[in-house]
Amino acid sequence: MLDVITSILVRTIVAGTPLLLGTLGEVVTERAGILNLGVEGMMSLGAVTGFIVTFTTGNPWLGMIAAILAGALISILHAFVTISLRANQVVSGLALTMLGLGLSGLWGKPYIGRPLLIKMTPIAIPGLSEIPVIGKVLFFQDAYFYLSVILGLIVWFVLKYTKVGITVRSVGENPKAAETLGINVTLVKYSCVMIGGAFAGMAGAHLSTAYSKSWIEGMTSGRGWIVIALTIFALWEPSKAFLGAYIFGGIFVIQYVLQPLGISPNLLAMLPYLTTLAVLLFYGMSSKGKRKMSAPATLGEPYIRGSR
Amino acid sequence: MPLQTLPREKTTPRFTVLVLLLSLLAGLCAVGIVFLTYGVNPFFAIYEIFRSSFGSAFGFKETLTKAIPLIFIGSGLALAYKAKFWNIGAESQLLWGAIFATWIGLNWGPHLPGPVIIPLMFLGGFIGGALWGIIPAVFKVKFGINEVISTLMLNYVAAEFVKYLVVGPWKGATKYGYPYTDDLPDHAILKLMEYSRISIPLLIFSVLVALTLCFVVYRTRFGYEVRVIGENSEAGKYAGIDFFKTTVLMMAISGGVAGLAGVGELTAIHKHLSYPETISAGYGFTAIIVAWLGRLNPGFAILSGLFFAGIIVGGDAIQMSMGLPAATVNVFNGLILVFLIMGDFLLSHRIVYKRRAK
Repeated sequence: MLDVITSILVRTIVAGTPLLLGTLGEVVTERAGILNLGVEGMMSLGAVTGFIVTFTTGNPWLGMIAAILAGALISILHAFVTISLRANQVVSGLALTMLGLGLSGLWGKPYIGRPLLIKMTPIAIPGLSEIPVIGKVLFFQDAYFYLSVILGLIVWFVLKYTKVGITVRSVGENPKAAETLGINVTLVKYSCVMIGGAFAGMAGAHLSTAYSKSWIEGMTSGRGWIVIALTIFALWEPSKAFLGAYIFGGIFVIQYVLQPLGISPNLLAMLPYLTTLAVLLFYGMSSKGKRKMSAPATLGEPYIRGSR
Repeated sequence: MPLQTLPREKTTPRFTVLVLLLSLLAGLCAVGIVFLTYGVNPFFAIYEIFRSSFGSAFGFKETLTKAIPLIFIGSGLALAYKAKFWNIGAESQLLWGAIFATWIGLNWGPHLPGPVIIPLMFLGGFIGGALWGIIPAVFKVKFGINEVISTLMLNYVAAEFVKYLVVGPWKGATKYGYPYTDDLPDHAILKLMEYSRISIPLLIFSVLVALTLCFVVYRTRFGYEVRVIGENSEAGKYAGIDFFKTTVLMMAISGGVAGLAGVGELTAIHKHLSYPETISAGYGFTAIIVAWLGRLNPGFAILSGLFFAGIIVGGDAIQMSMGLPAATVNVFNGLILVFLIMGDFLLSHRIVYKRRAK
């Protein structure tokens, strides 16, 4: 029994890791007032880039770096269109999703059905990994997990306690005031969009080089969209992103736990999406006011320099 | 900086068309660059796309076939987008149309004549799509839930539900191992034009729906309310618009016409319900760009629907002849949409060259 619980928890953490990475990135992006709905596309591109680089070099770390760069690079497109050209952020994000899914399908086609020989393997933290249950769950995971926790703490600390964090938040809350204080609003927004892209790319690489070791089209299967829902669930706070990501990781795992009970796998596959709806609904009923207050004030609005 | 951008008050239709064409051209150039990375001659590929979709009678018939669902859905999305309600769920609204129509066709079809059962299936399909479309509308107005996320999540739910139906309770008795329902009765299937997959009445129906929606948006009280909500929701509140009623009705129509597209695909092309990817082929997503290229005018969705149907047909053709993957069409769609919204910048801003004052 303990073994079963341990295994479920281990897999929950693994399934939650890409969600956590993606959500952290989207929190940063949205804090600067830019809504990027292209997470699914950036994640997919990260997955394919990470896979191809790992496949050709045999080094999953290079795959991770390449995926981060790919995510950051394609997000510049969204930044340019929404920040410099002040275009509609919803439509631009959708375009980015289509483009990311399309490019990853195009570039990844030769690699379908060719599994990696080396993937990101779990690293045991000496000493701590010996603790029963907790050791296996928290201290015997792949590098992505450790990095996601460290990055999460960094994002939380920077946003909450540093001048950089205040700058980012002020750009999202009141860009005009920020500009008056001598902050380069455009630069901050571009940077935050690219950080979001980098995180999404990294999340994608986790899927193709750690979670599984192969590339298939559509392997992100809506995780990018769940990330956007989790950003709302987390009330744009990195600390709450941890909670949301692992809850949803658990729901991805529960599908496979329940399958032997004879429930149709297709009905079980609806769980993450139904849960997302249920969570948003629950939030909508209970805390509309709180959510409104937590959302960055200028989220989704274009900023025109020097306008009044 | 010597270049300055200033807001542009109004545009002439000629300038708008020019910018749209330029955006499409720029989008095609970008697609060409992607082809290059794949080792395919871009000029040849783009030439092939248009030759195989508009350059032959056979190709053009296929283009018309695929234009039908895009016109239905595109005009419905244009209506919702007018109110800045970003319905991304047409894909599943289409599926619910097909589900309702399949149930009606299989259960009532054997007992009713063709002229009764076919309209009933379309009515049922409209209701199916409308009900699925109303859910995100209620979610948004009553609970403030972002409609992009809710419509997308509902897409995944509906797709899994269709898979569940065709491998489970609705699996056809005559279909052996295949994930299909039984075929609809012959008289519940639309007659097609010879040597094609086009049903002429269906094509006319889609065009009429688009024109009707165009009339609704620009000539009725309801259409006016939809536009007010989109342009200035604060003003809408003061003008006494019932947000809930308008949004629900609007999404019932938007989802309903997507449902009609699903019935069309079912009764004219597939004749049975099968996997969601087979029934829809991404029309719900392509139609987003159809609506955008049509400048959110449901009437223009007819033309832009035809254009994107051509892209799909041409894309399929070069996939086969040049061995490109199915995702090529997504690249096309994404890049063209990016350039279309870039073009919007030119439509709403003037770029002036200004000498620095001495």
